[in-house]
Amino acid sequence: MGQINNNSLTVDIGSLELKNPIMTASGTFGYGREFAQLLDLEKLGGIVVKGISLNPRPGNPPPRIIETASGMLNAIGLQNVGVDRFITEKMSYLQKKDVTVFVNILGDSLNEYQQITERLRGVNGVSGIEVNISCPNVRKGGVAFGTNPKMAEAVTRTVKDAADVPVMVKLSPNVTDVAEIAQAVEAGGADSISLINTLIGMAIDTTSRKPVLANVIGGLSGPAIKPVALRMVYQVAQVVKVPIIGIGGISTVQDVIEFMMAGATAVQLGTANFVDPVVSQSVVEDLARYVEEEKLDSIKDIIGVIHKDWLPLNN
Amino acid sequence: MAQYQENAIVTRIEQLSFDNFRISFDSPQITADSRPGQFVMVRSAEGTAPLLRRPFSIHQVDANGNLQIYFKVVGKGTQLMSQFIAGEEVSLLGPLGKGFEMKKDKAVYLVGGGLGIAPLLLLTARLAENYTEPKKITVILGGRTKEEVEPLVENFTSYGVTVLSTTDDGSFGDKGFVTNILEKQVMSTESMVYTCGPEAMMARVYEISKEKGLACQVSVEKEMACGMGACLGCCKTKADGDYTHVCINGPVYYGEELQWAK
Repeated sequence: MGQINNNSLTVDIGSLELKNPIMTASGTFGYGREFAQLLDLEKLGGIVVKGISLNPRPGNPPPRIIETASGMLNAIGLQNVGVDRFITEKMSYLQKKDVTVFVNILGDSLNEYQQITERLRGVNGVSGIEVNISCPNVRKGGVAFGTNPKMAEAVTRTVKDAADVPVMVKLSPNVTDVAEIAQAVEAGGADSISLINTLIGMAIDTTSRKPVLANVIGGLSGPAIKPVALRMVYQVAQVVKVPIIGIGGISTVQDVIEFMMAGATAVQLGTANFVDPVVSQSVVEDLARYVEEEKLDSIKDIIGVIHKDWLPLNN
Repeated sequence: MAQYQENAIVTRIEQLSFDNFRISFDSPQITADSRPGQFVMVRSAEGTAPLLRRPFSIHQVDANGNLQIYFKVVGKGTQLMSQFIAGEEVSLLGPLGKGFEMKKDKAVYLVGGGLGIAPLLLLTARLAENYTEPKKITVILGGRTKEEVEPLVENFTSYGVTVLSTTDDGSFGDKGFVTNILEKQVMSTESMVYTCGPEAMMARVYEISKEKGLACQVSVEKEMACGMGACLGCCKTKADGDYTHVCINGPVYYGEELQWAK
């Protein structure tokens, strides 16, 4: 087994150095503690906790999930305990661990994003904020922040101005031009960009002649979306300078390498955690082996390599 | 509560009827910590089809580290599982969830319908260990036909408990439903009812228990992705309208905790 305590796996997300590029995606890893019996959280590059809103949200009625071809649909409805209970109940465990924690936040208005960010200021153990901009903006008629470049820039700026830690913005793939949104959030001050969130889909129960999910539509995740996610990371890597965190159907070291070659500095594993709760730690070990076998000085050497033959990266 | 992801070895496969199977695994870690009513998540295949694990009640465990599940072939995952061969390695995650609360030496009634019989065998085994008179444990087994009931009866009677059987078509035991038998029992309010089966059956068992003034524990099922409280997919509506997650708050509840369809 590869020695993974050296620094050949470290990567930089703006001012943050991660032990390795492997993170766990929001909504797929609880608050970390749920998995701590099965793996060592401190071996991971970072964890992104379940999305937090200003006030607690009950989530959607059941059924909330259904498996589809090589993937799953979910309509959890952003169920969470709210920022205050998150800080008092969920952070204390993570504070005792040497682990990089990103708090995923979501809101229905700029004001809500600002208030959540302000509550997170100075909270011990919070290394960064990941902004979910896929939520509808209630003040703008429910149009998702993430589908309009101006609104995406505004929400990024709002969080960035209020935050005392680096800000990562998570992009929705449900847009015409993801590169345009990426440029907008970079202009808004994002320290890094993660993509993609789930693709909107649906499933029908032909016996009951009804949609399977109570919410009718849900987010598609899992291996089924990997090629779409990889293409979007590749496109965004061509137009932004900030580090990119690839997400979408990643479950093996091979997937990780593909996303990094497409331009990602780090990745998040999502649905894969449900299939194999220790997959993130296994992939870190596999990546260390890869670095050794390929005789790389650093895993950073593969970031964006495919662009060299195509379009130059802007650095 | 300890949890493990274990590469279990398939030790035995039994086909009880056309589409009902039992599989035993050599799975010492999970077995050692299993309690009645808990479940395991089984990965039916490597790769992505099916992608997610499936939850199964723990049916039996033994002192040699063997754990058994009982299931019906209903889709691709269970189809693949029915084709497991002895010696094969399969990933299990467990034991998961909260199990049944057990009382000692009280008259208890266990009511199982169809595949809902699965968790009641381990419960019977654990209860019987602590009873001076195992006959005070009454197990009511029901199914649509003989195939769903008969092959399991001997496992229950081996613990010295009282077993009553019923089938919808009368091909084994009484003709009718488990609830018909339950209604006829003379029960003291000290008794406890445990049930697992189709939702409508459990709703009726809970109703009967309530009428007779008895506590009733129900074991429910729900589609789930992770089994450990991370995906928040397996939600059910509680009596107070809030949501509960079957994987960590259940699968066993007291009847009054849940909202039942009218």
